[in-house]
Amino acid sequence: MKVLIIGSDKTSYYLTRRFIAKGYHAVMITRDAQQGRQLARKLQALVVVGDGTDPLVLDEAGVRQCAIVVALLPHDHDNLIACQLAKEMFGVPRTVALVHDPENEEVFRQLGVSVAVSVARLLVQVIEEQIGYEAIINLAELAQGQLAITEVVLLGDAPAIGQHLRDLALPDNALVAAVIRDDGAIIPRGETQLQLNDHLLLVTRPDNHGIVLSILMGATA
Amino acid sequence: MTVALYVIVVGCGRLGALVATRLSQEGHSVVIIDLTETKLAKLSADFSGYRIQNDATEVEVLQQAKAERADILIAATNNDNVNLMVAQIAKVIFHVPHVMARVFNPAREAIYQELGIQVICPTKLSAERFLQAIHTSTTDQA
Repeated sequence: MKVLIIGSDKTSYYLTRRFIAKGYHAVMITRDAQQGRQLARKLQALVVVGDGTDPLVLDEAGVRQCAIVVALLPHDHDNLIACQLAKEMFGVPRTVALVHDPENEEVFRQLGVSVAVSVARLLVQVIEEQIGYEAIINLAELAQGQLAITEVVLLGDAPAIGQHLRDLALPDNALVAAVIRDDGAIIPRGETQLQLNDHLLLVTRPDNHGIVLSILMGATA
Repeated sequence: MTVALYVIVVGCGRLGALVATRLSQEGHSVVIIDLTETKLAKLSADFSGYRIQNDATEVEVLQQAKAERADILIAATNNDNVNLMVAQIAKVIFHVPHVMARVFNPAREAIYQELGIQVICPTKLSAERFLQAIHTSTTDQA
């Protein structure tokens, strides 16, 4: 399978190297002539020097035969145009763009790019997973605050992981109403066993909310 | 004068400034967006529209310019790819009925015409005028 990588930075180089190691036929387009010569030697791959957003350069790099094009240029607008030209002019089925502005993930999808990846968003996600931030999301308060619906995520060392629902000593007037797992949803029963990364939909009252959270999630709650 | 239009001009270089000023003089509502404050400050006194100093490739900035209400968006920065991106955001996300982009590279023109952007290619326009002038002068001599 042939892959085209457009970019001049270290990431582009390591990505190309990875693809070659995995047995792909990788081609690179870089703007920097000196870097192009170096990379061609180091990678033993075709490296085309030029503007990856220019149809003539894309054509020269053999974009027509590529199954996937990855655009890693420093400006979002260049990555968009490179992907669109690959898709619309040369019929490349899948395009991947790096975006710096996280909002562009959605914008690029609407403009026909297969996948747009924001490093900023990915980092925030990884960091939040590390610190357990946003493991508790308050979804709604009903009946003048007498009832709360909360989504919690079972992360890391949450004590409820591996437990059957019936064995958790949840107080009265509290309910685990749904378990969201691997993009599917379960209405749990007593025998449902909770797993790492389960999202639980809780229905609680103010007097037992804190107790429920600490039973499920432990000290972090 | 005919109906007043709401026009957003992106890029306040020579072209953007000229188009925006003319449209403003004709009585249309014009908003001009550019990254550089000094360029916006250099607009002539004949321009009576709004100025936004920001990056028009950010959806929020077009929102601030009320793009959903615009009749026309003209993308006239000196960067082809910026123009094509802004024009498409205007068309696809804000449903601006008429979007135009200046694109220097003729190789990029056809595909974006197909995507519904009116592409103005100065390189091609100039080439055509040169050729026309040559043809006219050679016919005159003949």
